[in-house]
Amino acid sequence: MSAARELPAAEMPELPLLSVDGLSKFYGARLGCIDVGFDLYPGEVLAIVGESGSGKSTLLSLLSGRLAPSAGRIRYRMRDGELRNVLGLTEAERRLLMRTDWGFVHQDPAQGLRMAVSAGANVGERLMAVGQRHYGDIRATATDWLGRVEIDSDRIDDAPRAFSGGMRQRLQIARNLVTHPRLVFMDEPTGGLDVSVQARLLDLLRGLVDDLGLSVVIVTHDLAVARLISHRLMVMRQGRVIEAGLTDQVLDDPREPYTQLLVSSVLQV
Amino acid sequence: MAAAHASPAAPALVLDRIGKTFTMHLQGGARLPVVRDVSFSVAPGECVVLGGPSGAGKSSVLKMIYGNYRCDQGAILVRDGSELVDAAAAEPRRIIRLRRQRVGYVSQFLRVIPRVSALAVVAQAAVAFGLPEGLAGARARDLLARLNLPERLWSLPPATFSGGEQQRVNIARGFVATHDILLLDEPTASLDAKNRAAVVDLIHERKRAGSAIVGIFHDDDVRERVADRIVDITRFAAAA
Repeated sequence: MSAARELPAAEMPELPLLSVDGLSKFYGARLGCIDVGFDLYPGEVLAIVGESGSGKSTLLSLLSGRLAPSAGRIRYRMRDGELRNVLGLTEAERRLLMRTDWGFVHQDPAQGLRMAVSAGANVGERLMAVGQRHYGDIRATATDWLGRVEIDSDRIDDAPRAFSGGMRQRLQIARNLVTHPRLVFMDEPTGGLDVSVQARLLDLLRGLVDDLGLSVVIVTHDLAVARLISHRLMVMRQGRVIEAGLTDQVLDDPREPYTQLLVSSVLQV
Repeated sequence: MAAAHASPAAPALVLDRIGKTFTMHLQGGARLPVVRDVSFSVAPGECVVLGGPSGAGKSSVLKMIYGNYRCDQGAILVRDGSELVDAAAAEPRRIIRLRRQRVGYVSQFLRVIPRVSALAVVAQAAVAFGLPEGLAGARARDLLARLNLPERLWSLPPATFSGGEQQRVNIARGFVATHDILLLDEPTASLDAKNRAAVVDLIHERKRAGSAIVGIFHDDDVRERVADRIVDITRFAAAA
């Protein structure tokens, strides 16, 4: 009855893609985040929630190599299977990782895009960074990716300056995913958007994450976004992870006083 | 070696003295005991109905089995092939895998996903279970038809549907995969007699196919037609 539907072993590999322990950041005497540790497995979406100043953005910057930690360790499983200390990589290795195997989706698309060059060039640039040179191939791949993020192909030569907020965010996602990264960091990706645009983007993200088997670390203050898109949740407060677990378990049965407050503060419609 | 293999009579699900107390920190740390020492097991092909008045903790027990609620005490053993997994202590990703492959759940209300059509909501559950997309779509259409959801609604997102229509999408979603264990939380509450009968048929089919079912049913007639055994949850009331 069950033999035919066992998932292939590759679908649930037992080795973490990202392994973090004791990660801390101090800004002088001020605390950014302290003693954060977790393992992220292939295909897992981890949401980090908390209010402004909770340390969630600091943590994302540390994880993605945009900020140096005061203490702790970040290890990443390279495509050859080796678990490497990210902080010990050479600058060239780290940049290659960020251009190819990792993605970063900013809340403000202007930070992740080049606003003055065309949509096609924004996507194509990441491909050229990994060594693609054939103009026709690059343009074909860029067109394909614009389609996947629901941007009409006749907009390929327009600059994102001429795009709406939602389109810019979808373009930023295409730019990140075109190199088939295995790990994508997202900082409030739906943050600045109208609610109707948010729903479309979330649905698009869910589909892409499933189809591509991406691992994602997403920072959001919106518990509904976390519920819709993540498997696991970490709740941060004053720089510490105060509660973590299966997303619907933490949201349906919050244990910590602060998590109970967060969950009960969400307006129901 | 023989012990590692499940015999046909081995239970699909065993609850071993599970207990739950909520601590409400926003109400001054008030403790709300729900259940204590709940123990029962469910065999493949068997439907166990949870009995007791509302507030007895029936839904909480289902949510503990599915992993929405934490379990303070005891073990929840789920058969996963030749392995027994304690869902009360498992890692999140292990629970996600159990939900994908072994444990289905029809909640009281559909949690609506924006922009996704009713048909896709149902088919996605089958794809997550591992069915190929073509078969998933065919099964989804078959179930929506059996549950009498008008075909003109299939391509629309369920957000604007009536309660009964949403619940039928939710039921189709739970039955589209053939999980070994199926948890049903008042699936017939907002349905008319014709659709209640359709759900009863679906439950009978799943029992014949060997699924272990744990359900909560408001209507006496549905309960009598599907239950092999009633477990009265008031027996496990936790002392306040």
